[in-house]
This record gives sequence, C-alpha cells and structure tokens, in this order.
Amino acid sequence: MDLETVVQVGLFIGLLILGLSAGSMIENQHFASLHNREQQSRHLSTVNFGCKHPLPDTVEAQMFIGSVVISSDYFKSTIGSLISLFGGRLTVFETLLERGRREAVLRMKEQAIAWGATQILNVRLETSELNKDGRNPITAIEVIAYGTGIR
Amino acid sequence: MILTTLEGVPGRRIVRHFGLVQGSTVRAKHVGRDLMASLQNLVGGELQGYTELLQEAREEATNRMIKDATRMGANAVVNVRFATSSVAQGAAELFAYGTAVVVE
Repeated sequence: MDLETVVQVGLFIGLLILGLSAGSMIENQHFASLHNREQQSRHLSTVNFGCKHPLPDTVEAQMFIGSVVISSDYFKSTIGSLISLFGGRLTVFETLLERGRREAVLRMKEQAIAWGATQILNVRLETSELNKDGRNPITAIEVIAYGTGIR
Repeated sequence: MILTTLEGVPGRRIVRHFGLVQGSTVRAKHVGRDLMASLQNLVGGELQGYTELLQEAREEATNRMIKDATRMGANAVVNVRFATSSVAQGAAELFAYGTAVVVE
C-alpha cells in the first residue's frame, strides 16, 4: 500500500467517525428540541381538512409556511448507499425525513401561534430532494408545511 | 391580498371567481453556499443557507402569483398550493398556484 492509499483510507474512516459522532449528537439534540417545542405548541389544533364542513366563527385567515432543508451526515449517507445495494429498509434515512417533517410543521405552527391562531386548517406537506441529479455528494431534502391559520 | 389553502376565506363569501393564477421562479444554487453545505453535509443537520435560499425563492413565486391576481382585480387567492421541480442540473423551479377570487 502506498502513502496515498493510506491517506485516502484514513480520511474516509475519519469522516465516517466524524459523521457518526457529530451526526448522532446533532440528531439527538434536534430530537430533544423537537420534543420540547412540540409540547409547547400542542394546544394549537392542526388539521388537514378544509372547507367541506362548517368552519368555526372567524374574523381573519392567513396562510403560514414552514420550511427546512435538512441533510444526512457522511456516515449515514455511506451506510445508506451500502444498504441500497441489497434493498430493504433504509432506517438511516427514515430519521432524516421524520426530522424534516416535524421541523417544518413546528415552524409553521410557531408562526401561527405568534400571530394568535386558534387553529390551522388544510395543512399540506411537500417533500423534495435537493440533489436529484446526484452531481454533488450532498444528501439533503427540503420539507415544507403550509396551511391556513384562523383566529 | 388574502391567501388561504382553503376553498374560500373563512367568514367571507366569494362573490366572483377569476380562475387560476400562478407564479414561479427558477433558481440555481450559489457556489459559496454549496461549499458550506458540503461541509455541513459531513455532520448532517439543517442546511440553513439552503433553507433561506428556497424560502426567498418561494416568496418570490408567491409574489408573482399575487401580482397576477391583483392585475385581475382579485382581493384573495384561495386553495393555494406549492410545487417544486428540478429543471436542469443544479436548478430548481418553485411554483405557487391558486384561484383568484373577490370576497366581500
């Protein structure tokens, strides 16, 4: 083995360890923050039905959008591409999507709470991949949540 | 201009429909932001630069839709929806559409 290979392998393993340690730390912090903020915004009812049944008496309505771009870490991306060779459940990406969706919904709710909403109606969720063409090594998704706040 | 994702504006009656209005914008990624994002991508988490970039772009698409509706004489856009599609390598289209109406 020449020096170049050793450096490359070392860098790869180093990045894997960095991704694993820092990635799971950031993820745990994010989950804790999601949990806390969800508790705080639980009182605001958020539903995904619209006008098909009588609406409560309201004075004002406004649209709220919450969005987030969230990326996977190096460790998870690597493991993910390994698992996808064999197929099956990609648990490493499941948490990424879950975090994205919960964060987007929370951001929408927090804006609505600040405005004084009593309910959010007809909520829609939309997910898109940022790096569809696979041109650069970024694995990231954008999630948006939008709905109509009433007060 | 009132925007809602509902089939009307709660508490108000629709008096006139103008039909579909839309607004879109195509954005490419910023090289500097891309570099930051690649670094952030090693450890994962939110890519704030991209969140803001897409937020601004979506706002612009929404504003174009609002302009379209204003030109028609509407005072509200109901049943607003958003969509994203990738046009070319590294470029994304953000799209907003809804129905322009006049409410009381």
